[in-house]
Amino acid sequence: MYNILIGGAAGQGIDTTVAILEKLLKRSGYYIYTTRDFMSRVRGGHNFSLLRFGTEEITSHSYVLDGIIALDGETIELHLNQLTQKGFVLCDSGLKNTKEDSRIIKLDMNQMARNIGNAKVSGSIAVGAILKLFGEPLTYVEEVMKSIMKSEVLDVNIKAIQAGFESVEKRFDHLEGGFNDYMLISGSKAVGLGAVAGGLKFYSAYPMSPSTTVLEYLASVGNQAGVVVEQAEDEIAAINMAIGASFAGAKAMTGTSGGGFCLKVEALGLSGIAEIPLVAIDVQRPGPATGLPTRTEQSDLKFVISASQGEFPRMVIALRNHEDSFYQTIRALNLAEKYQIPVILLSDQYLGDTTACVKPYDVSDIKLIQPAKEVEGEYLRYKLTEDGISPRLIPGVTKNLVAADSDEHDERGWITESAEVRNQMMQKRMKKLEGLMEELIEPEFIGDESGKTLLLGWGSTYGPIKEAVSILNKKEGGGYGALIFGDIYPLPQEKLKKLTPNKKVINIEQNATGQLASLIREQTGITCHDSILKYDGRQIAGEEIVSKILEGGLM
Amino acid sequence: MNQFVTYETAWCPGCGNFPILNSLKTALEELGKQPHEVLMVAGIGQAAKTPQYLSANSYCGLHGRALPAAVAAKMANEKLTVIVNSGDGDSYGEGGNHFIHNIRRNVNITHFVHNNQIYGLTKGQASPTSKEGHVTQVQTDGNKNAPLNPILLAIAAGAGFVARASSGDQKQLISIMKEAINYPGYAFVDILQPCVSFNKINTYGYYKNAVNPVGEDHNPADKLEAIKIAMELGDKIPTGIIYREEKEEFHRKNFLLKDGIPLIEQETPKEVLTQLIQSFI
Repeated sequence: MYNILIGGAAGQGIDTTVAILEKLLKRSGYYIYTTRDFMSRVRGGHNFSLLRFGTEEITSHSYVLDGIIALDGETIELHLNQLTQKGFVLCDSGLKNTKEDSRIIKLDMNQMARNIGNAKVSGSIAVGAILKLFGEPLTYVEEVMKSIMKSEVLDVNIKAIQAGFESVEKRFDHLEGGFNDYMLISGSKAVGLGAVAGGLKFYSAYPMSPSTTVLEYLASVGNQAGVVVEQAEDEIAAINMAIGASFAGAKAMTGTSGGGFCLKVEALGLSGIAEIPLVAIDVQRPGPATGLPTRTEQSDLKFVISASQGEFPRMVIALRNHEDSFYQTIRALNLAEKYQIPVILLSDQYLGDTTACVKPYDVSDIKLIQPAKEVEGEYLRYKLTEDGISPRLIPGVTKNLVAADSDEHDERGWITESAEVRNQMMQKRMKKLEGLMEELIEPEFIGDESGKTLLLGWGSTYGPIKEAVSILNKKEGGGYGALIFGDIYPLPQEKLKKLTPNKKVINIEQNATGQLASLIREQTGITCHDSILKYDGRQIAGEEIVSKILEGGLM
Repeated sequence: MNQFVTYETAWCPGCGNFPILNSLKTALEELGKQPHEVLMVAGIGQAAKTPQYLSANSYCGLHGRALPAAVAAKMANEKLTVIVNSGDGDSYGEGGNHFIHNIRRNVNITHFVHNNQIYGLTKGQASPTSKEGHVTQVQTDGNKNAPLNPILLAIAAGAGFVARASSGDQKQLISIMKEAINYPGYAFVDILQPCVSFNKINTYGYYKNAVNPVGEDHNPADKLEAIKIAMELGDKIPTGIIYREEKEEFHRKNFLLKDGIPLIEQETPKEVLTQLIQSFI
């Protein structure tokens, strides 16, 4: 497995260089896992991507580097200490850099680019050099570049890759992987794609980092996929639009990050009491208030499980990886429709922006749940039923009249203040939780079941914890397992109760207060013995978990 | 017969909402609408109870948030006749942002604002349209804020159908309501209405003297003239269709909706999903 860092200032073309490299390396057979560490600015600052590639599945970033592509001097300053002895730094010879290090390869890329005839192709020169350094052939360059570049700049970029290729010597061997046929997708795009697969017809949102990728992806495919995408005037409009569209029969979803979710909270309760299906995704970032806009955190769990006044059934699903991002979005749309409830998806900047290889999504078996077409006899929108689910008809599609009300209402949907009806309606709505409990998915167990240490996590720390468990069990000859929650509210409890006794339980979370541990304690009485908590806006890596556990220093 | 039925209300006797409800029922019937084709949307407030009292589809959402839900319902199913009834607090206060931006969006819905210049449901505080000096239990020294001019705001923001009516003149109200419902775009009608319980200034008597229908010589297509009329808010308050302009509505500009097939009736071919997945390989 190899790991390279591409760093520079915002606006220097890191994303483009990474996108080309990812595609070329995947075409060559590698599994790709790229994380993004970007500042909240359009120009300047220090940004970098970590591109890890290998011949087996990769689930975490790593800070141990085989190569650095430095687009500015600061990148070398900040990251040289992460470079292995065999590693290299590739940079332009014009770069101002105080460090002297034999591992630094200086190429006059700017001059080479001018010689080729386009000053903007220095990124492609670097790509060519990287291919050579890692023992890759030029075989796929034309094919891949054709799929990325506009035809007028195609030839000049291919020339640049060739020039870069010829300017360095090979350092690492090509490794043979079988991932050429895999998809390469970011977590947020996977959510958008899953929404399309789940029958989404309407998406409304107000732009907010890091959730905007979902909005932009759906906007880019909306015309083709039959999804009306509307940028709302604010987050309150966004969620109320989604609820209005859903009421009128279009599967609807809204997306934001924590701050935007705060504005949406009242309407979440509207979806609850009016029993209008809704999927809302919160792509988390560090708060409170504006916090760290482009960075990652898992601090909205306790917020979203209790957001909005009053009590109503809801479901919260934490997305763990690029499979969940797709399949759980489909499931969220189905659960929202089936139980006529709000379903909240929790992602975060780390998962949302990380691109990874994933087995092509299987859509052969997708079944979409749809509202009823018509009912026999008198129509009661909020009819009291055994399972609490009332027949949802779509206004205008049926001759029956359909009512929705944010006030407490009777079976017809008319306002009431009757104590008896209030009790019946509360019980009817809460009854839906019983059905929901039946179809909860237990957390995934990873590692050694007989081990004495059990790690607990949720959402995007899945990948880093998975890598940590694998490293720990290799190093220590077993002893470590992990339970990682996807469905998180209502909290599935079976595996927790079975696997926690007589073990040292450690929760690993990207927040300051251990929100999962607290939820588990509240719901089951099970307490964690130790915790690894990180809230600096940077995702914990597998290797960081390992060193925390082996070297102590737990919180 | 396309009869719309009205139900028993929780409004005060003599409330200005009654003539509005009755006018709406008549307008819908005279337009030949069927109850199941109509979606009544509201926020929260006394006016916002209107959907509860008429036999049509109804959506009573959150205070201030009727417009986003209404326009999205229309985007989902163009066949629905979508009508918003909400008060001045709901439409201009809590929902002010949605008011401005849905004028820009120009979705084919109708927005009737029951403007009684007071908060009724919360028992008598100043609303965005209350006159300066209006004394309430909160504005104890009299309202210090200048009243909003919704007609002027709507024209300035680019609304294509801007009208003012009065609940005291049902004949004109019904006629304006019909024009508004038939208008292909966002149609806005500010309806002056007394609040018998909490507004002792803008009473039936006050409106009877103040309301002044624009003459037949008024050309609603003349924007500058419309703005001039909109600024007349003295002893005489002009009513009628103040401004009207044909504008391309939201649906006709939207790639998926422009052909008139309701979104909920559109099927996405299965191969699209396969193509999208393939695009990531």
